[in-house]
Amino acid sequence: MSHATVRIPTPLRSFTGGADELRVDGRTVGEAMAELGRAHAGLLERILDARGELRPFVRLFVGEDDVRHLDGLDTAVAEGAVICIVPAVAGGRP
Amino acid sequence: MLHLPREELGTLRDWVRSGYPNETCGLLLGRQENGLVEVRRVDRARNLNRERARDRYQLDPLDYLESERRASAEGMEVVGIWHSHPDHPARPSESDRSAAYEGVSYLIVSVSAQGVGELRSWRLRDEVFEEEELRA
Repeated sequence: MSHATVRIPTPLRSFTGGADELRVDGRTVGEAMAELGRAHAGLLERILDARGELRPFVRLFVGEDDVRHLDGLDTAVAEGAVICIVPAVAGGRP
Repeated sequence: MLHLPREELGTLRDWVRSGYPNETCGLLLGRQENGLVEVRRVDRARNLNRERARDRYQLDPLDYLESERRASAEGMEVVGIWHSHPDHPARPSESDRSAAYEGVSYLIVSVSAQGVGELRSWRLRDEVFEEEELRA
C-alpha cells in the first residue's frame, strides 16, 4: 500500500469540499480512485464509466505519465506519487 | 461576477472570429473567491470533436493539463471554460448543461458570418445554469 497525492482540478472540487489535493492510499491508480470515490460522493462518476473504466477524454497522470500508456487503472502507485486528474470538458450549441 | 480584462477579451474575440464556422474553446485562468471570478488570461485549446466541429466541442485534455500547470506555476487556477456558439445565441445548450461542472464559469460567445456577437457567462448550480454578471 502506497500513500499518494491526488490533484483535484477546479471543475471537480465541488465534490471534494473545495480541496485541491487529497491524500489517498492504494497499490494502483484504480485503488486510489476507489478510495477517492468512497470519501467523496459523485466524484468517481465523473472519472469512470458504469463498467468502472476510465471515461473517454478523462486523463489520469502519474507524475508525467498518462496511465493510458501504462497499465491503465492497474498502473502501480509508488510511495509519494502524484496523480493528476484531467476532467472531460465538452458541450456545444443546440 | 466574472471580470475579463479588455485585452483578453480582444484575444478571445479574435480566436472566435477566426475559428468560425467551427466552435472554438479554451480555458479562463485566474483566481476566484466569494463569487468574484477574476480572469487574468484566456487560453485556447484544441477541439477534438472534428466530426461535429460546427456544433460540438471536446476540449483536448492535454491542452487542459498544460494550461492548468502553467496557471498553477503563476499562482492562478482554471476558473472557467469558454466556447463559441456559431450562428446561435450565447445561451447554454442541453449538451453544455449535461457535461458541465459546478464551481467554474462557462463563458459562451455567439458568432456568425457577420462577426462576434454577445458574450454571456453562466455557472451551474443544482444542475441548472444561472447567468452571472460579466464585466470587461
